Amino acid sequence: MQVIEPDATRRRLRRMAISITAAVAPFGIVFGAAASTAGLSVWEAVGYSLFVFGGSSQFAAVEILGDGGSVAAAALAGLLLNVRSLAFGVIMAPALGGALWKRAAMSQLMIDESTAVGTASDDLASRRYGYLVGGLGVFVVWNLTTLVGFVAFSGAGDLIEDLGLDVAGPAAFLALLWPRLADRRQLVVAVAGAVVAVSLVPFTAPGVPILASMSAVMAARAVGPWRPSAPSEASDLSGGQSGE
Amino acid sequence: MSDASIVLVVLAAGTFLLKSAGPLLLGARRLPSSLQGVVDLLPAALLASLAIVSSVGDARSIVLDARIVGIVVAGLALWRRAPFVLVIVLASAATALTRLVT
Repeated sequence: MQVIEPDATRRRLRRMAISITAAVAPFGIVFGAAASTAGLSVWEAVGYSLFVFGGSSQFAAVEILGDGGSVAAAALAGLLLNVRSLAFGVIMAPALGGALWKRAAMSQLMIDESTAVGTASDDLASRRYGYLVGGLGVFVVWNLTTLVGFVAFSGAGDLIEDLGLDVAGPAAFLALLWPRLADRRQLVVAVAGAVVAVSLVPFTAPGVPILASMSAVMAARAVGPWRPSAPSEASDLSGGQSGE
Repeated sequence: MSDASIVLVVLAAGTFLLKSAGPLLLGARRLPSSLQGVVDLLPAALLASLAIVSSVGDARSIVLDARIVGIVVAGLALWRRAPFVLVIVLASAATALTRLVT
């Protein structure tokens, strides 16, 4: 265990992880319900959440199967939505060192949420900590709620909309992005990424706009030469005070 | 084996390769600093596109609905330095309220 970072950082990361995990719970319920509707067995439903562990790709695959789509179409759509975890892996790799089996095990948690919490700090130990608390929290809750949704819910989609929870995810991503925007290069890349993604939505398969948004890093070239950005600015504005 | 099980196996295996390629192949090795400069900027693009696409995207179309109100409220709350949890609660509440009154 590293003791370099103050407890306050870890507390801040844990708090983020808890909020994100809570935001994911209703979607787990919806996935469980959708899997049941699509005719999966309870083991298959939980199997997707355990072994694929990627919300959007699970939804896509199960939805396509439920609509009578082919095995190839379902697997391909699911995979396409997960190509971005390849990029997440490159981003997080320096923080995820260790024995081969440890790196493999930690990789299973490579999703939007864990990467988002993982990149909310600068030093490698905090990045690793954020990635692991975010990833494990979501992993446990996602699997439990998949089971609950499969067994107990249908029509959970309405519940999500009624409570406005469909905006919890985007709000969390915006909150994690916010402190980065103090840096001009990051701001330019974020805006360009958003523009690229939105303009591709009508023309490409789901998942492609997120992937393509990475090309927006080229926009930073307009601001200055490549250099490792000074991420110290990027962490401390986040979330204001950690206490409430 | 059912179709759903076949897809599960293929998708799980493929996804794991995608997820683990970075950590397994790169390990904790340091990238050259110019490349690291690019990698440091990737989260900004990814977080921005995730936020915006799930705010205005609906399958293959752009839909402006109550989610916009929520994301704007989230932006305002962040600007006012609201803590993380509060940002998410306010955004969800604003969207729920908008749906209730429209």
